[in-house]
Amino acid sequence: MVTLEEARAIAAAVPDPELPVLTLGDLGILRDVVRREDGGIEVVITPTYSGCPAMDAIRDDLRRALPGASVRTVLSPPWTTDWITEEGRAKLREHGISPPGRAVALTLSPRCPRCRSPRTRLVSRYGSTACKALFTCTDCLEPFEHVKEI
Amino acid sequence: MTEPVEGTGKHGNPLNSLAIGDDCLVLSHRLAEWITWAPTLEEEVALANLSLDLLGQARALLSRHGDEDELAYLRDPGEFRNCLLVEQPNGDFAHTVVRHLLYTAFLFELYGGHPEDEVAAKGVKEIAYHRDYARVWTLRLGLGTEESHRRMTAALADLWPYTGELFEDDPGLRAPWDAFVGGTLREASLAVPETGQRTGGRRGEHTEHLAALLAEMQSLHREHPGARW
Repeated sequence: MVTLEEARAIAAAVPDPELPVLTLGDLGILRDVVRREDGGIEVVITPTYSGCPAMDAIRDDLRRALPGASVRTVLSPPWTTDWITEEGRAKLREHGISPPGRAVALTLSPRCPRCRSPRTRLVSRYGSTACKALFTCTDCLEPFEHVKEI
Repeated sequence: MTEPVEGTGKHGNPLNSLAIGDDCLVLSHRLAEWITWAPTLEEEVALANLSLDLLGQARALLSRHGDEDELAYLRDPGEFRNCLLVEQPNGDFAHTVVRHLLYTAFLFELYGGHPEDEVAAKGVKEIAYHRDYARVWTLRLGLGTEESHRRMTAALADLWPYTGELFEDDPGLRAPWDAFVGGTLREASLAVPETGQRTGGRRGEHTEHLAALLAEMQSLHREHPGARW
């Protein structure tokens, strides 16, 4: 039987199905791993957005990674991009996706993840997933995705 | 998925989760009807994302009242409690933008007044983006060409009659809604139309459009009960 510590590490290392460069731990959607009364493992997760279509896949991936574990979904406190770890932000940047700023207000000029230019232009507030917006760099002309502050 | 919520919001009533769940479900379906029809690929992606947010909120809210699939797929029009505004057809893009502005400006105020409700507390952050999306398009189309201005004016005239109903349960939301919507329309050089008002959705008395929407949305489930992807 895995220890709680091991279960936590295994759950945290499961990749996000829609942003596979990030793990559930990096993304901050893994909220807790606890021992059930019957001795089994319960993993607690929260969706990024209310309609996140990846939740079923994430639950399946967690049950596959931790056989016998149950998965509970909570909505409160609501997920914020502030929970994406520093390591997660670095991975996003490496993969050409602009990480979010601090979620204090709608900040709308992320730096280009390719050339680091601050001169970027919003193309659309919504991208391939609800959590991303589309931008273009006006210096190097690279189109890129930006994880929106929420 | 979610537990019933104890407690009330700032305005004294608990969130009417059946009515708002139905609003979110019906509006989500309307937005999804744009898929493969949107004016540009970026808008198609955006509209699909707006639809998805609302579907997620609808599922969480309706699950408080029973099985979400039964509620979505097996009720008749008279059992739905959504407001009339959200069931109005997509029309042209101007109608979709105006409907989204009028409704999400309301939902933003409603959710913001219910920090004790976990769906509202999460949803308000998503709806802030929806409201902003609709505001920016309202400005662009209102200040765009003569044609886009004409279409926005027509959409406002068609949809304004359904706005009074939004505030039946919670008249206190009217003033902040007026401030945001009125300010946006002024900025977009669009006039607030003077029209009569129609209500009934919250009592199950719908316009003819809801039955057609549900006929399409429910057909698969009614033909193949319990069908799963």
